[in-house]
Amino acid sequence: MIKVEVDMTKCQHYGQCVFEAPDIFRLNSDDKLEYTAEADDSERANIEAAIDVCPMQAIHIVE
Amino acid sequence: MNHPVVIVGASMGGLRTAESLRRFGYLGPITVIGEEAHKPYNRPPLSKEVLANEVTHEAVAFEERAATADVNWVLGTRAVSLDQEHNTVTDSSGMVHPYSALVIATGLRPKRLNLANGDLAGRHALRTLDDAINLRAELTPGADVVIVGGGFIGCEVAATAARLGCDVTVIHHSAHPMLRPLGTELARQMQLRHEAEGVRFLLNRSVVGVSGDSRIREVQIDDGSSIKCDVLIEAVGSDSNTEWLESTNIDLSDGVLVDSAMRAISTSGDFIPNVYAIGDVARFANPIFDDVPRRVEHWNIPTETAKRATSVIAAQLNEDEKLEKLLQDQFKPVPSFWSDQYDIHLLAFGSLSLSDTVTLVAGDVTGECVFEYHRGDQLVGVCGIGMRSVVQSYRAKFI
Ligand SMILES: Cc1cc2nc3c(=O)[nH]c(=O)nc-3n(C[C@H](O)[C@H](O)[C@H](O)COP(=O)(O)OP(=O)(O)OC[C@H]3O[C@@H](n4cnc5c(N)ncnc54)[C@H](O)[C@@H]3O)c2cc1C
Ligand code: SF4
Repeated sequence: MIKVEVDMTKCQHYGQCVFEAPDIFRLNSDDKLEYTAEADDSERANIEAAIDVCPMQAIHIVE
Repeated sequence: MNHPVVIVGASMGGLRTAESLRRFGYLGPITVIGEEAHKPYNRPPLSKEVLANEVTHEAVAFEERAATADVNWVLGTRAVSLDQEHNTVTDSSGMVHPYSALVIATGLRPKRLNLANGDLAGRHALRTLDDAINLRAELTPGADVVIVGGGFIGCEVAATAARLGCDVTVIHHSAHPMLRPLGTELARQMQLRHEAEGVRFLLNRSVVGVSGDSRIREVQIDDGSSIKCDVLIEAVGSDSNTEWLESTNIDLSDGVLVDSAMRAISTSGDFIPNVYAIGDVARFANPIFDDVPRRVEHWNIPTETAKRATSVIAAQLNEDEKLEKLLQDQFKPVPSFWSDQYDIHLLAFGSLSLSDTVTLVAGDVTGECVFEYHRGDQLVGVCGIGMRSVVQSYRAKFI
């Protein structure tokens, strides 16, 4: 399992992460980020891609 | 033993290249040569939230990944020349670096105003962490801050400085700030929102001179007037860092011309084996729009171009039979852009500045809104304030 953490004091809800890992990140009906904090190992590449595209560098994998 | 992949430029583009080489299965040595003394960091916060608070490397540093722990970082060192015939790069300490593949990721530097009296203290430009540290120290409440250039960086700094209590004037060469990318209606709206925060605009104006004793005290405008100035910030565009390549036959007419595999192209139109360019410095055609090569100064481009280049480099170095097929693939990254000014969050996809018509399609320009950008009948961009889901839904239209 991978633990995902988003620093919500940094996140500006740009939703760029949603394109890279749609099973983990989504924007809710208020356009705010929601995410799944525990992901399967098979999601690692997608989550790393989401980390790369997050303008605020707000996403972290906590090992 | 194989020569390393040598990456010149240790910013986002250089870092993403190293990471992505590993992801594509290249296990050999990697050297990154970077002029700045710092490990790669994220530039956008340097005009926004980090400039508003405390500017430190820690606040903007990219996280390091285990896969790139063995990268050889040669920092505080400039590449000074490229020898194409022998496949080597020479750095400013005199060291010669042979390469199996070279990735040029040297980005841009700010253009500076050509001013008589130009050595007065108080002049700034903003690209690097050190620039931001120096600028931050002078943004004290009540300071008269004059920003030349009302593009995105100029306007972001204006917003940050205004919120810090500075007295801010923006001098811009056209009728509204950010006019070229945003179009009249949205640009005018952004101007109004800045003015409501106390920022003054001198439009269709330029700076002709500065005066003071050892520091700048006044700026002269082209209409004959003068304004008080403690801090002058020059945000008038950028130049490509390609001087170190001048003795090569690479096409350097605007950055480094590359093909769809990010391979450098010579002035006679052939690709140069084992030399690639990525990020802000790379000029490439994007089939989403047309076949005209352009440089794209958007944050997602270093990552996208690094991925593209490294997929090819890794296949080449690993002698993977996929290479031929890879080279046939189209490369058409969707440019994405954002800007934060006060509590206004702009988000855009595509290439707004290619458009000839701009249309409001959702919301209200005084609140949240979405604009479409067309060139003829082709949609070339979308930009919104708020309304994220609507703006986001457009991205798929470009793919
Ligand atoms: C203040 C600021 C705010 C920004 N805000 C946004 C934003 O909100 N949204 C957005 O989409 N984009 C934004 N950008 C643009 C974004 O940061 C760039 O697109 C991105 O940094 C480009 O990365 P790069 O690696 O291609 O080039 P650069 O970041 O320019 O890195 C090039 C590196 O190469 C080094 N170098 C140059 N010459 C040599 C040499 N001869 N030898 C060795 N090293 C060399 C330089 O020192 C530099 O470290 C902003 C940029 C700035 C400066
Ligand atoms: S990309 Fe980053 S800033 Fe944007 S929604 Fe995702 S976590 Fe938040």
